[in-house]
Amino acid sequence: MDKTINNKAWFLVLPVFLLVAFSAILPLMTVVNYSLQDTFGNNQFFWNGVGWFKELLDPSTDLGGRFLASLGRNLVFSAVILAIEVPLGIVVALSMPRGGWTVAFCLVTLALPLLIPWNVVGTIWQIFGRPDIGLLGYTLTSMGIDYNYVSNDVDAWVTVIVMDVWHWTSLVALLCYAGLKSIPDAYYQAAQIDGASRWAVFTAIQLPKMHRVLLIAVLLRFMDSFMIYTEPFVVTGGGPGNSTTFISIELVKIALGQFDLGKAAALSLVYNLIILIVCWVFYTIMTHAGTERRPAEGGA
Amino acid sequence: MARIDLVDLAQSYNGNDADIESFALKPVTMTWRQGGAYALLGPSGCGKTTLLNLISGILTPSRGKILFDGKDITQASTRERNIAQVFQFPVIYDTMTVGENLAFPLKNRGVPRAEIDKRVAEIARLLDLTPDLHRKATRLTADAKQKISLGRGLVRSDVAAVLFDEPLTVIDPELKWQLRSKLKALHRELDLTMIYVTHDQTEALTFADTVVVMHDGRVVQSGTPAELFDKPAHTFVGYFIGSPGMNILSADVKGREARIDGHTLTLAHSYDALPAGAKIEIGVRPEFVDVAAPGPGLLDANIERIDDLGRIRFARVRVGDVKFAARIPSGFSPSSSSIGLRFDPAHVHVYADSRLVEGA
Repeated sequence: MDKTINNKAWFLVLPVFLLVAFSAILPLMTVVNYSLQDTFGNNQFFWNGVGWFKELLDPSTDLGGRFLASLGRNLVFSAVILAIEVPLGIVVALSMPRGGWTVAFCLVTLALPLLIPWNVVGTIWQIFGRPDIGLLGYTLTSMGIDYNYVSNDVDAWVTVIVMDVWHWTSLVALLCYAGLKSIPDAYYQAAQIDGASRWAVFTAIQLPKMHRVLLIAVLLRFMDSFMIYTEPFVVTGGGPGNSTTFISIELVKIALGQFDLGKAAALSLVYNLIILIVCWVFYTIMTHAGTERRPAEGGA
Repeated sequence: MARIDLVDLAQSYNGNDADIESFALKPVTMTWRQGGAYALLGPSGCGKTTLLNLISGILTPSRGKILFDGKDITQASTRERNIAQVFQFPVIYDTMTVGENLAFPLKNRGVPRAEIDKRVAEIARLLDLTPDLHRKATRLTADAKQKISLGRGLVRSDVAAVLFDEPLTVIDPELKWQLRSKLKALHRELDLTMIYVTHDQTEALTFADTVVVMHDGRVVQSGTPAELFDKPAHTFVGYFIGSPGMNILSADVKGREARIDGHTLTLAHSYDALPAGAKIEIGVRPEFVDVAAPGPGLLDANIERIDDLGRIRFARVRVGDVKFAARIPSGFSPSSSSIGLRFDPAHVHVYADSRLVEGA
C-alpha cells in the first residue's frame, strides 16, 4: 500500500517538537546532567557518575538519611490523607441532595476550598491554629487541650492533615457525586424491588458505578499529596525539628538553601520516578481489579 | 400470589389539588385476577408506567387505594408488597456473576442457601443462562443482561405479581419472539399474575389473556383481544388496535339509520336515546367494509391507493374529506378510482363523545 508522502506535515509537527523540547526535554536533560556532577560554585562542575544516587539510597549518609526519612513521612502522609479523604468524600457525596436548589448550594460550598490558592490555605490554617489569636488554637487551649503545632510533632501532623482534608475532600466528594448522578434511577428501583438493604445498594450499585471516578480521585489525591510543599511550608516550615519536612521541602533546602545542584538533581529525578511508578501501579491495580478474575471464571 | 384491586386510584405529579385533567393517572377502579396474564397497552405518556409503579410501590398514589387479596397495602413499601418488576433497560449488578445476580432478591430476603441454588438453577435453565452462571454479568450482551433482569423478576416463587415495563425494547426481534413465548410458558408453569406494559399491540395481543388499553391517563377498555377487536369501547381502542385501525366517521344517527355525507346506512340496532349535544360518530373496522363497483345503496368513495398485505388488500379511500380504509374482496379489481363501499351492519358501532353506545 502506498502511503501519501506530505512533507508539509513536518511544518505542522515541528512547532510541537520544539515546544516540548524547550518545556520538558531540555530542562529534564539539564537535571540529568546536574545529577551526574558535583559543583563547588563558580559554575565549575566535576564528574561524579552515579555517586549521588548511591548516596541517596544509603541511609548512613547525610543525603540518604534525609531523603529516606522524608520519603517515609511522605508515604505516611499520603496514606493517611487517602484513608481519610476517600471514605469521607464518598460519605459527603452520598449525603448530598439529589435534586432541587440545595444541590447548587452544596456544590458551590464544596467547591470553595478548591478555589483558594495553596499558600493562602497555609496562611489561613497557620493563623487559625495559633493558640494566642487563632480561633481553633485558642478554643482548644481554653478547653484545656495542650495544642501547639509549633512545638509538638503530633499537633503539627494533625494540623497539616486536617488542613489537607479540609482543602481536598471536596474534590473527592465532587467526583463521587458526579459518579453517583450518572446512575440511572432504574437501578435504585430495581434494588428496591429486589429488597436490597441500604448497605447492599451501596456495595452492589453505588460503589461499582463510582469505580472509575474513584480511580481518578485516588490518583489525583496521591500525586498532589505526594508533591505537597506550600501548605506545610507556610504552616510549620517543616518543623518542629524535621517532623513535617516532606521530600519537596527537603529538595528546596538542598537546591536553594545549600545550592547542592547535583544532590538536588538526583533527588528530584528519584522523586519524579517514585510518583510515576506509584501512579502506574495504582492505575494498573485499579483498572484490572475487575478483569483479573476473568480468565479463571471464563474457563469454569 | 394475589388478586389486586385498585380503588379510585389516581396519581398527580403536580400535587393533589391540581386539575384532574392534568393527572398522569385519572381515577381508576379495576381488578387484576390472581394468575392472569395482563397487557397494559397504550401510547407513550398515557400513564402505563405510572400505573405500574403505583402497583409495585415505587410511587405512592395521590388518591385511592390498592388492595392485595383485600388487604390495603397503599402505604406499604415495595419490599412488603413482595412484587417483582422488570424494567425497560437491563439492570444488572456489575460486581456479581450471573448466578449471584439471580440469587440477589432471594439472598436479601434470607432464603436458605439450598433453596436459592435450586431456584437459580431452575430460572437459569428456563432462560438458557446456565452456561453463563459463573461469568461476570457486566461482560454479557444487552440481550443476555435483560434476560438476567427477567430472571431476577421471576426467581421468587411467592411474589404477588410480576410487572414488566416494556422489557423487550432492547432485545432484537428474533429473540423477542422467543422470550415472549418463554414468558407465556413461564406464566402457565408458575401460575403468577403478570402485568406486561407495552406500546406494541402485537406484543400485547400475543402475550395477554386480558389487554388493558390506556389513553391519556385513563383505562379506556379492558378485555380479551377478540373483544377489543370486535367491540372497541372507545374510538381510541378502535384505531389503536388493528392495522389499519378502525374507520371513524361523524354521522347523524336516528333510530336505525345513520346519515353520512347524504348517504343513509342501515344499522343492526336502534339508537333512540343518544345523549343530546354529544359528538356522534360511527366506527367500523376496514375488515367489515367491502369495496365494490359504484351502485345504488353504496357509499360513494374515491380510491387513493391500495395496500397489498399479501393475504388481504386494503384500499385507502376518501369519503368527502374523510380518509377511510376498506377491504378489497379477492377477485375484485376496481375499474376506476370511483367506487362504492358496502358496510356489514353488524360491525358498525356508534360512538357518542368517543364512547361506545349500545343499541337496542
